[in-house]
Amino acid sequence: MEIIDILLSVSFWAAAIRIASPLIFATMGELICERAGVLNLGIEGIMVAGAFAGWFAVLSGLPLWAGVGVALLVGMTFGLLHAVLSVPFGLSQHVVGVGVTLFATSTTFFIYRVALPEVSSPPKITAFQPVEIPILSDIPLLGQALFNQTSLTYAAFLTVALTAFVLYRTPLGLAVRAAGESPSAVAAQGLSVTLIRMGAVVVGSGLMAVGGAFLTMSAFDSFFFEMVGGRGWICIALVVFGAWKPGKAMLGAILFAAFDALQIRLQQTGVGAIVPYQVFLMMPYVLSILALVLMSRRAEVPAALMVPFNKGER
Amino acid sequence: MQAFETDAGQGEPVLRMTGITKRFGAVTANEDVSFALQPGEVIALLGENGAGKTTLMNILFGQYAPDEGSVEVFGETLPRGNPRAALSAGVGMVHQHFTLAGNLTVWENIVLGTQPLGKLSLSPAAVRARITALAQKFHLKVDPNAKVGKLTVGERQRVEILKALYRKSRILILDEPTAVLTPQETDDLFATLREAVALGLSIIFISHKLHEVMAISHRVLVLRHGRLVAERAVTDTNREELAALMVGSEVTAPDIPAMPAGPALLSLRDVHATGLNGVTLDLPAGQITGLAGVSGNGQAALFDLISGLNPVRSGAFTILGQTPAHWTPRAALETGVGRIPEDRHTTGSIADFDLTENAILETYATKFSRKGWMNWGRARAATEHLIATYDVRCPGPQTRIRLLSGGNMQKLILGRVLEEAPKIILANQPVRGLDIGAVNYVHGRLAAARESGAAVLLISEDLEEIMTLSDRIHVISEGRLSPAFARGSVTVAELGKWMAGDGEGSHAA
Repeated sequence: MEIIDILLSVSFWAAAIRIASPLIFATMGELICERAGVLNLGIEGIMVAGAFAGWFAVLSGLPLWAGVGVALLVGMTFGLLHAVLSVPFGLSQHVVGVGVTLFATSTTFFIYRVALPEVSSPPKITAFQPVEIPILSDIPLLGQALFNQTSLTYAAFLTVALTAFVLYRTPLGLAVRAAGESPSAVAAQGLSVTLIRMGAVVVGSGLMAVGGAFLTMSAFDSFFFEMVGGRGWICIALVVFGAWKPGKAMLGAILFAAFDALQIRLQQTGVGAIVPYQVFLMMPYVLSILALVLMSRRAEVPAALMVPFNKGER
Repeated sequence: MQAFETDAGQGEPVLRMTGITKRFGAVTANEDVSFALQPGEVIALLGENGAGKTTLMNILFGQYAPDEGSVEVFGETLPRGNPRAALSAGVGMVHQHFTLAGNLTVWENIVLGTQPLGKLSLSPAAVRARITALAQKFHLKVDPNAKVGKLTVGERQRVEILKALYRKSRILILDEPTAVLTPQETDDLFATLREAVALGLSIIFISHKLHEVMAISHRVLVLRHGRLVAERAVTDTNREELAALMVGSEVTAPDIPAMPAGPALLSLRDVHATGLNGVTLDLPAGQITGLAGVSGNGQAALFDLISGLNPVRSGAFTILGQTPAHWTPRAALETGVGRIPEDRHTTGSIADFDLTENAILETYATKFSRKGWMNWGRARAATEHLIATYDVRCPGPQTRIRLLSGGNMQKLILGRVLEEAPKIILANQPVRGLDIGAVNYVHGRLAAARESGAAVLLISEDLEEIMTLSDRIHVISEGRLSPAFARGSVTVAELGKWMAGDGEGSHAA
């Protein structure tokens, strides 16, 4: 069976982890926003902006990690815009989010055209290279898949641990979760729901942009407009799939990425010769919808998700 | 219950509110209110719904900024509208609507906001140990690791009190704490409060239940229409005087004599449906039929069945002599069934609609539109008529209904039903959470409707209400009805037996 050969190959699992990395960054970003009670539909646009910003910074001569920092800042800036509109002004989070996505995407396109008016194919940068971790990478199959990746992939997994730690182990994380569950409880303790929610949206948006930057700086070495291609929307589904828990959401991202890696490889098998390739392209999405239906039935949605909080209203 | 025997300590007041005035748009919620609280003292803040008790306490706690006046705690003036300052000055508030996050655990709810946000650990073990110690000291039994969403209302209230104690509050404000409690839980709460006072805390207790006020407090402040109208030591007053001060006149409960039964307007014969197991019931014209029982034993199912929301599975359902083939809410309205639902906030009204829109919810299509166009002029005129006739206190028909107090909201719903002159009136807990004035008003109106020939079904968990109002009484238990008892022919103890499902032959198949 060809499928078993695929599932047992190092290259398949390495690809799955690589494909999962940007999803993990952006999913953690979305999860932080939603845990604080704000649905951030700006994710798709913020990822595009981050993908461009990181790549362009490196193209302009900055070191790779500085590029990641630039992407982070650009994401946080768009996050601040979202936060101001959706938190203190209390506008509809759907409208604000879609607006931010359109604004970020088109601003990126504009800057790209102004900065590189002449080019027909975008220039390349020297992207992050895989770093083999001694000893751990000697584990058969998993070692090469997990521990021979770029630093940015390792950073993605560290982000999951950090997110989980902050959310569940620190007073700050408790305040963030409470803001998404019962903002009036937060206000009654004298904390500012507005600041907590805005902070979560800004930080979360920064992570989304880093997820975008992964595409141009680690997965690939150049920038194309279609490269985000709906990954942001997938991340929103992954948050639901993960029941708003960082670890589960990360597993969801890896699962989705594995389907994606699998379909590419299946296209080259005997089955791929008969079945139209669009069916394979569709597969990860169909499977993630199915998984979503099965997994999210009993999830505990943050009770105040998408509910604006107005102090003093009765 | 016994009044406090210990005297409140005299000396420097722990709290002083001076000249507090607060307006919400056209409504003045508090006007020039001043009082002081002594250490170790329990003050009861008494007043009808909408008298401004909660607003006053929200100002004290810093959730609202007053338009005029100042708040002093332990000699320091608090900044306006800053809950954090009030908290750190030692003011703790137990809100009427709890401010707890249901998906978080008890200890997480308690520790929220008490540690600096930059701290790297919540130190759960230390937190839990302190909670357990506090819980023992104040007899507040609760599991720190339980999710708040899984707790009973009484347990949640204990969490709220623990939250205040955890912050070392010296002044405890309790907003209608007994409204959601069973009598047993109320006794436990009072024991805790006595413990707290003995340890030197001061308490402000908001209520409109006179016997509780007499039992727990040293001093009573009476608020009416936002003004402080009287101040009495409990030893110098009595329930009658307080009731009169609260409503501004002598209170007399409506005298409701028994009425003879007319023909049955609705009859059920061995009806089975979701939540109902063979119900036989007659609603005679000109009488109030009381339905007693512990909540959740099929009251809502019966209410919904007659409203057309719960389909009849088997048995005979006859209304005004007809046996309808399809019984829907629309058919019920057209036949003349008026409904006062149990929860006026969710099923009785639409919070963000204004009074006009809420007043015509059931009749907009028939009375207030022509050829598909709304006639808002008529709707507004009809609403103004309702507001005047049923004494709904509000700035005007364009007010959103969520801004009304419970009593005024209920008066509007009552008016909406009675204006249609329904033949059958279903009233599920019509006076829950209302103050004395509004209770008497609603009861009087229901009795009047009965006198004009309507059949009233009164569902209530309050046996006193059932026994003073009803001409005949059924008890519901596990979806089955007791036989009908005529007024005065049954004791509380007998009804209690039926409520527990132990009535004579109640479970004989």
